[in-house]
Amino acid sequence: MTTVVTVVIALLLLALAAWTLVARDAFLAVAGFVAYGLLLSLVWVRLYGIDVALTEAAIGGGLTGALLIGAVARLRGTEAAAWSERAGAGAWALAMLLALGVTAVLALCVLALPEPPPTLAPQAVQNMGATGVANPITGVLLAFRALDTLLEAIVLVIALIGVWSLAPDRFWGGRPGLRHRADPDGILAYLARVLPPIGIVVGVYVFWAGADHPGGKFQGATILAAMWLLVQMAGLADSPLTGSRWLRAGVVVGPLVFIAVGLLGLWSAGAFLAYPPDWAKPMIVAVEVALMPTLVLVLALLLNGAPARGGDR
Amino acid sequence: MKALLDLFSIVAIASGALFYLAGTVGLLRFPDSYTRLHALTKADNLGMALVVIGLLPQVDGLLAGLKLVLVWLLVMLSSAAVSQLIARSARGLDRRQ
Repeated sequence: MTTVVTVVIALLLLALAAWTLVARDAFLAVAGFVAYGLLLSLVWVRLYGIDVALTEAAIGGGLTGALLIGAVARLRGTEAAAWSERAGAGAWALAMLLALGVTAVLALCVLALPEPPPTLAPQAVQNMGATGVANPITGVLLAFRALDTLLEAIVLVIALIGVWSLAPDRFWGGRPGLRHRADPDGILAYLARVLPPIGIVVGVYVFWAGADHPGGKFQGATILAAMWLLVQMAGLADSPLTGSRWLRAGVVVGPLVFIAVGLLGLWSAGAFLAYPPDWAKPMIVAVEVALMPTLVLVLALLLNGAPARGGDR
Repeated sequence: MKALLDLFSIVAIASGALFYLAGTVGLLRFPDSYTRLHALTKADNLGMALVVIGLLPQVDGLLAGLKLVLVWLLVMLSSAAVSQLIARSARGLDRRQ
């Protein structure tokens, strides 16, 4: 029975991936991609990767989908021109050859893995006690591989700077996008009033539960950012002033605290990002709490886009 | 008692699945956006309700049951709101043509 379900999901995934590739209309391709992300999160659930499933659903399906829909809306005008262009047979053949080659190499690598595959899981589980957190994923992300997580947070901030730098000079520090206007008594405004209180509780819960259960800052931050964006789209609040000192402080606080904790480790435990014994849990919590505003702000601001109007209007 | 509850679960979840099937058939067969939305939301809400009611006797603990009911309420809220939004934008497109 479970094999049948697995095979059906795998076939559906392949069909959706093919659909996303061949769809001529960009919006349909994005719709296919979002469905693909949600289905992929089901696959992760079946592989017992609940943390990955949550991230895939929140970021792969939700946030990336919203970003792509925004991109489709911006590209509407150029779509007709893109349709009239047709790739030649040589380009098709080359693309297919490359895709098949990558697939073949990946398949060979997976099939060539020794049985059982090499794993660091036992060592990680053995040393979990030293970190004070019970969810091994969180332990790996914030203790054993903290450097990766730090670099990830810095990459997000740099991505935001990249998006902001697309703004014309006169709008630098202004508000991104158009002010959304929706019927104040309409269904969207209603949803934007009812959902955020629930969403904020769920987001903070997912963040807090990350220490002991699947969940964590990325998934929680996505939910919180989505609530903020919903309020903006319903026209209940304007998009933020990107020149605001508080906003910018919130964007950089996560990486700064992370680096400070890392330097503290250099001084007290002898290595960058090492936690002194008995202090691991409070320091991990400090890093996670500091990363939270950074992630919420960066994810929401990435979707808001580059500043497109002056600050005072 | 246990067997009775299991039977209740099976009947409820099976009828829920039937509603999902009916909704999907409606989505594929109905002629325009409004009737398709109608089929989808009715089927989703009733199907989801029956599946949740069927699962309630199977959960361990009050908290898990409450979470299930909360999920159901949230799905109802979002599907009702989203179908309104889709219908409104479909009507806007119809008028422009």
